[in-house]
Amino acid sequence: MKAIVKGSLLVGVLLILGAGLFAGPRPISGSEKKRRVTIAAASDLKFALDELVNGFRAENPGAEVQVTYGSSGNFLAQISNGAPFDVFLSADVAYPRKLVEQGLVQDDVFLYAVGRIVLWVPKGSSLAVEQLGMKTLVEPAAKRIAIANPQHAPYGRAAESAMKSQGVYDAVKDKLVLGENIAQTAQFVESGNADVGIIALALALAPVMKDKGQYWEVPLDAYPRMEQGGAILKRAQDVELAKRFRDYLIGPQGKALLERYGFFLPKE
Amino acid sequence: MDWAAISLSVRLSAWTTLLLLVLGLPIAWWLASSRWRWKFLVEAVVSLPLVLPPTVLGFYLLLLLGPRGSVGRALESLTGHTLPFSFGGLLVASVLYSLPFAVQPFTAALAGVDRRLIEASWCLGVSRFQTFLRVVLPLSATGILSGMVLTFAHTLGEFGVVLMVGGNLEGRTRTASISIYDSVQALDYDSASRTALLLLVFSFVVLALTYGLQRRVWAPWPTRS
Repeated sequence: MKAIVKGSLLVGVLLILGAGLFAGPRPISGSEKKRRVTIAAASDLKFALDELVNGFRAENPGAEVQVTYGSSGNFLAQISNGAPFDVFLSADVAYPRKLVEQGLVQDDVFLYAVGRIVLWVPKGSSLAVEQLGMKTLVEPAAKRIAIANPQHAPYGRAAESAMKSQGVYDAVKDKLVLGENIAQTAQFVESGNADVGIIALALALAPVMKDKGQYWEVPLDAYPRMEQGGAILKRAQDVELAKRFRDYLIGPQGKALLERYGFFLPKE
Repeated sequence: MDWAAISLSVRLSAWTTLLLLVLGLPIAWWLASSRWRWKFLVEAVVSLPLVLPPTVLGFYLLLLLGPRGSVGRALESLTGHTLPFSFGGLLVASVLYSLPFAVQPFTAALAGVDRRLIEASWCLGVSRFQTFLRVVLPLSATGILSGMVLTFAHTLGEFGVVLMVGGNLEGRTRTASISIYDSVQALDYDSASRTALLLLVFSFVVLALTYGLQRRVWAPWPTRS
């Protein structure tokens, strides 16, 4: 009896294993290969870019756009180590400039937006963020303050320098919790695990967060201007499609959409 | 639910299990039978991934296999590709990361086989390889099976190493656990909880199966004696 149970289990496991080896999407064969552009995007773009990609797809049927969101600093490290991205949209133009120095960029970097930061508290919070402004952070009810990791996330650096220039940093630095990127930072405070967060205005304006809390915008002169820049990488498979995507992003449709999501655009 | 990520995870786990069966059995057999003085050092190396932070393993792999690493350069000149941020890279990382989950149960199972039976087989003129296939393997099947199940489950839930060397590419390196992480950050809790629930149920079934296999008495209907 035992041998039969064991035997049939073994056969079962091997069958599942065999099926598993070939699970998943198969690589597309040559003739039907779709045109594809792979994008590494700073996570403040999460909701804006999802919408923008839909618009781009509608104009370019048959083109596949794959976006990975994360922190710009991590993408810089990954791209330097050969990650197969075609386009890099950083929250800080300094990162793509470093890739230019490494000789990994096609043409030159392009600017597409300027990032803005806000203090955000969830609905029902006792912190009156709109009245208190930066002083919100020193309130006793603000027990945990979420910011992005300043080491590799531009929004974290902006938050840090805003707190320093407003003279609250030393009083609050023990209350900081660090998100891996700005989207995770927003998630920390949206879920109530942090009492207040310094997040991207673009995320505060996103449909999923809009009705869930209040925000106060940090004045633009409190932190260095967050020039958001991107680059098309030399290793891009379909340069023509990548360029078309860049042009869409910095063109009138992209501009209008980014403006709606609170990316202050340089007025030239 | 992100089916592309789930099927990628299943494929990764299946290949990892298969590779570790092929690589792990000889290692386990050597560990079970060797009397070498320094064997404990090899045992320590095999068990390293149990205690090593995934970021450490991922960091070393990224440096070693990347375009500036020694192994990475050699591979690039041979194949034209580097391993990080590809399925092959994830597979190498998973095999290393799950090594103890295969080798330890394998070793325990092989060591549990009565030495006298093996020697009797040799004395009857059966070759070492044939003895391994016909005496050792059937007697240790349960342990080997649980090693395989554990390897599969451990790889399915892998996160840190994949995040370090995978690069989160849709359909290529975005596994189920990374997809959950992404969904949470996108505040898409519905999708995150569906995939998370699937992994939770699967992990429970796997562990129940493993402990079930290890039961000595296995009667379909337990009777009192």
